[in-house]
Amino acid sequence: MSETNRVWKYGNDINTDMLFPGKYTYTCSTADEIIPHLLEDLDPDFANNVKSGDLILAGKNFGCGSSREQPALGLRAVGIDAVIAKSYARIFYRAAINQGLLLIECPQAVDAYREGDDVELNLDQGEIIIAGKTYTFPTLPEEILAIREAGGLLEYTRKKLEQKK
Amino acid sequence: MAKTFAEKLLARKAGLAEVEPGQIVTVKPEHLLTHDNTAAIIGKIESDLEKYGVASPELSVIVLDHVVPAANEKIATNHKKIREFVKKFNIKHFYDAGEGICHQVVIEKGHAVPGTIVVGSDSHTCSYGALGVFSTGVDRTEAAALMLTGETWLKVPQSIKISLSGDFPTGVSAKDLILQIIGDVRADGANYCSVEFHGELDKLSLDDRITISNMGVEMGAKIAIFPVDDLAANYLNSIGVEYTSYENIWSDPDANYLKEFEYDLSKISPVVSKPHTVDNVASVTEVLGTEIQQCFLGTCTNGRLRDFEVAASILKGKKITPSLRFIVLPASRSIFNEAIRRGYIETLSEAGAIVLPTGCGPCLGAHQGVLAPGEVCLSTANRNFKGRMGCKDAEIYLASPETVAVSALYGKITDPRSEL
Repeated sequence: MSETNRVWKYGNDINTDMLFPGKYTYTCSTADEIIPHLLEDLDPDFANNVKSGDLILAGKNFGCGSSREQPALGLRAVGIDAVIAKSYARIFYRAAINQGLLLIECPQAVDAYREGDDVELNLDQGEIIIAGKTYTFPTLPEEILAIREAGGLLEYTRKKLEQKK
Repeated sequence: MAKTFAEKLLARKAGLAEVEPGQIVTVKPEHLLTHDNTAAIIGKIESDLEKYGVASPELSVIVLDHVVPAANEKIATNHKKIREFVKKFNIKHFYDAGEGICHQVVIEKGHAVPGTIVVGSDSHTCSYGALGVFSTGVDRTEAAALMLTGETWLKVPQSIKISLSGDFPTGVSAKDLILQIIGDVRADGANYCSVEFHGELDKLSLDDRITISNMGVEMGAKIAIFPVDDLAANYLNSIGVEYTSYENIWSDPDANYLKEFEYDLSKISPVVSKPHTVDNVASVTEVLGTEIQQCFLGTCTNGRLRDFEVAASILKGKKITPSLRFIVLPASRSIFNEAIRRGYIETLSEAGAIVLPTGCGPCLGAHQGVLAPGEVCLSTANRNFKGRMGCKDAEIYLASPETVAVSALYGKITDPRSEL
């Protein structure tokens, strides 16, 4: 894909309570239940206005805190194309892979972005183009890419189980 | 070549001669911990479970603890689904509501065996590092896949070495130490890393070590691990995990570390994490007098016997300030029973505390002890994120059981050293 994406920009250490409040963790587990509460305590405008193909840009340690997967599941379900951050907390990183949500680690791109800049993603080349300037990011190791390419961990697991049968 | 704990253990578990940081290995964890979220996990794989069953009935340890007793019909229904799943698939290790907080139960029931891998659909699964377990959190989807296959991938982490020496001054404890460490290392300073604790560890009780390992994830750590010394081995033996039943793995003396830190316990002083991040650490002296409406003693971080003993000794024969709610919550039924036998519960109740049933309760804002806008809670829990206790316009300060108990007397943040 190579059209321009709309960007939601946030800061450092965005934790899972900000992405999806803990008080809903045991009552909301499906995409429909999760979406209205996405980023509720961080950005009340997000859930109503996010559109498929949007991007999230954030600072370091995005997704720190709890192991709840609702943020990754919800962001994937509303069609967030990718999160681009300086770094990620490890459980969120795994959760995103398992949901098939694309996470890009590219501190230079995050630093370079200014409000209103056009952002373009070029996944095949591992490139982000911001206001005409290109930044590269590392691609995932093969073993992990296979999970995302299958559409997420459960799809990947089902394929494996089917093969074993 | 000299190896760290994580490198040695993951090589063994992956059946490889050696592994290096960054390498991805496939492992079969000894246990998978899930709790109330088991309902959502099995909901993802209902038809797969019919088709393939569970990988092993011994793998899962399921503990109902997060919203117990059930707060509403939806949660009650989830608990019921979990009980039916346990019965249908003959899950061997199931602990129903009231047994305790999952991390304490895993330890007490002997599922935290040194040299094994435990993954859990809860970020504080890192708690069992206190007993030499490679234990770490995963999400629900991964837990679902693990139930079906029994295996997952792990990236071999780099390691950080934290060397400890000395003993705590009066009024200072393991919670102050780990908050200080997180304040120094920062919330992402140990991201993806194995944090090893070295040095003079004999002054740290097992309860202290669990408090420290529990909070490893708050600096991003994959595991936060202690060596299995006599203290740990004797405890394990006392609960039926015999000395010879596990392999005692530890890092080589000249292993390679990403960073090294040293802490002299005698130089640690009472600290708090100010709102709204755990690494926003300040000396208690900087926030003295901050008015609080609720104090909370408990959770998987500080709900153990040692914590109740400390609070009871501070509050014996005294009354908390009437304008304050003081919530206390033991981490397990066995801790609760022992705290009753020793008189701690009576002391705390007479001082004005509200004793809640064992569980996660107020910590995550799902029920019990939710805060109102503008209120401030001083808590022994592990997280003070905005909205964590159910209200985004409330504030949470994290502190030791000493600081929380002393502050309950005055309704404002107080230096515990002034009372001890």
